[in-house]
Amino acid sequence: MERYYQPEIETASREQIKAWQDERLVKQVRRVWDNVPYYRKKMEEKGVTPDDIRGTEDLKKLPFLSKADLREAYPYGLMASPLKDCVRIQSTSGTTGKRVVAFYTQHDIDLWEDCCARAITAAGGTNEDVCQVSYGYGLFTGGPGLNGGSHKVGCLTIPTSSGNTERQIMFIRDLNATILCCTPSYAAYIGETMKEMGLTPDQIPLKAGIFGAEAWSEEMRHDIENTLGIKAYDIYGLTELSGPGVAFECSAQSGMHINEDHFIAEVIDPETSEPLPDGQQGELVFTSITKEAFPLLRYRTRDICVLSHEKCSCGRTHVKMSKPRGRTDDMLIIRGVNVFPSQIETVLINQGYPANYQIIVDRVHNTDTLDVQVEMTPEMFTDNMGEITARQKALVDGLRAMLGLSAKVTLVAPKTIVRSEGKAVRVIDKRKI
Amino acid sequence: MSVKQISVFLENRPGALCELTGVLAENAIDMRAFSLAEASDFGIARIIVDDVYKTTTVLRDKGFVHSVTPVLAAALSDTPGGLNEILQCLSAEGINVEYMYAFLGNTPGKAYMVFRVNDPAAGTAALCRHGIEPLEELNVE
Repeated sequence: MERYYQPEIETASREQIKAWQDERLVKQVRRVWDNVPYYRKKMEEKGVTPDDIRGTEDLKKLPFLSKADLREAYPYGLMASPLKDCVRIQSTSGTTGKRVVAFYTQHDIDLWEDCCARAITAAGGTNEDVCQVSYGYGLFTGGPGLNGGSHKVGCLTIPTSSGNTERQIMFIRDLNATILCCTPSYAAYIGETMKEMGLTPDQIPLKAGIFGAEAWSEEMRHDIENTLGIKAYDIYGLTELSGPGVAFECSAQSGMHINEDHFIAEVIDPETSEPLPDGQQGELVFTSITKEAFPLLRYRTRDICVLSHEKCSCGRTHVKMSKPRGRTDDMLIIRGVNVFPSQIETVLINQGYPANYQIIVDRVHNTDTLDVQVEMTPEMFTDNMGEITARQKALVDGLRAMLGLSAKVTLVAPKTIVRSEGKAVRVIDKRKI
Repeated sequence: MSVKQISVFLENRPGALCELTGVLAENAIDMRAFSLAEASDFGIARIIVDDVYKTTTVLRDKGFVHSVTPVLAAALSDTPGGLNEILQCLSAEGINVEYMYAFLGNTPGKAYMVFRVNDPAAGTAALCRHGIEPLEELNVE
């Protein structure tokens, strides 16, 4: 039986969801206009006033916000609540430039934790569960978000944070953790370490994992599920909008339900910025309609995905987003071809290689080079040189078929690619342009 | 009667081979035979040692990917035609040699070879039928 954390919201009729969105959007636009001069100026430049926004149909009239706006308005420029009403900040990892700082009132935190609680419940979590949160705690939203959600569900929460993998495994085993929350690359590493310790999936008490904060492939999901003997659920979020829990996977494991009572989702053409119809792939844009302290209207996520309103077997009515193929800022342009690390990961895992890989991009004599470094494993190794080089060639062919360009594959010794306890560093771009 | 050869994966970069020999030296492992095969970006070191169990344990602890392969080792006459004689035996019985390498022994007039063949049991039988006894271990004095 499917469980819901807030059934009346999660399974509400589409009419009800639209009614909530219309009402909340109108109020939110007014609030932003009154309290955020930065956005008001943008609206004025576009000739829009709050009176023009009467419901979600009018959303497209509003100007976009981008990460560049967040940097320009840093730190207080997009706040809609006085500082005295705020109780927390969180910040992005800063991997793609200057950090973004987001503010929360107590009410904001409460709603954010509700979203995470919905995700944990959708993964089968109840107050009987022991939930180990191995996302980093601190400025990163992963730890605090899932921690709060786990409390709301009533799970016994183990706040291990990331790192110290031996200790992670000790707690999972000694305290019978049934749910693990961390990045997919860290889940893969915990699985790899358990395997090395000789543990089989039936000796691991975990039954579900909630993994997010980085793009991961369907193949990596199967890999993690098999190693840990669990069901692995995706969770999506951005610090700019709250953190993890903007969208989450249900038992159907075929896309993530967006919490539409808090966020309105659109998909646009990243080139022309025009909204696209359902089912078309484009850039995801969110409008947060319940945030108090840091409400972003039409925020461009740079995540490429598809929305689907098809009926879901889990009974939830909220729109589903596909697994993002990767953030546009993770996208590499190599010899003019768009390449996402997740595409390379798909090829590797399909051919039996581990998810530990590194992509090295360089420019030699004005030509981009792509070198995919993969670790040799005891399972793949043989004394037969021809067999190894044939497999290497199959990988090169597979990458060419997937990406449409030729890549070099380098086999490296085990454990030479640094393991990640948070977001994995997949790409080293040495090009100096 | 085959001998256990340990094949070790090595990256093709300065120092990679030295890391392997370093581990063997630290653990006082005596190599009887050694050969190196290389592709463009990696290599396989093939070694025959005095203590296979100890060596594989040490290599595993140090994170070297390796495998154990049965190979034939034989002493042959160190005269013109010595190798030819052995290869003719194998050839006559349809046994394929994938690779082979020579190693040193101290017996005057003898040369020592390691053969990796497609079917070690059949290879052993072929040599025996021609009066050549494959070595059981490489304690060549």
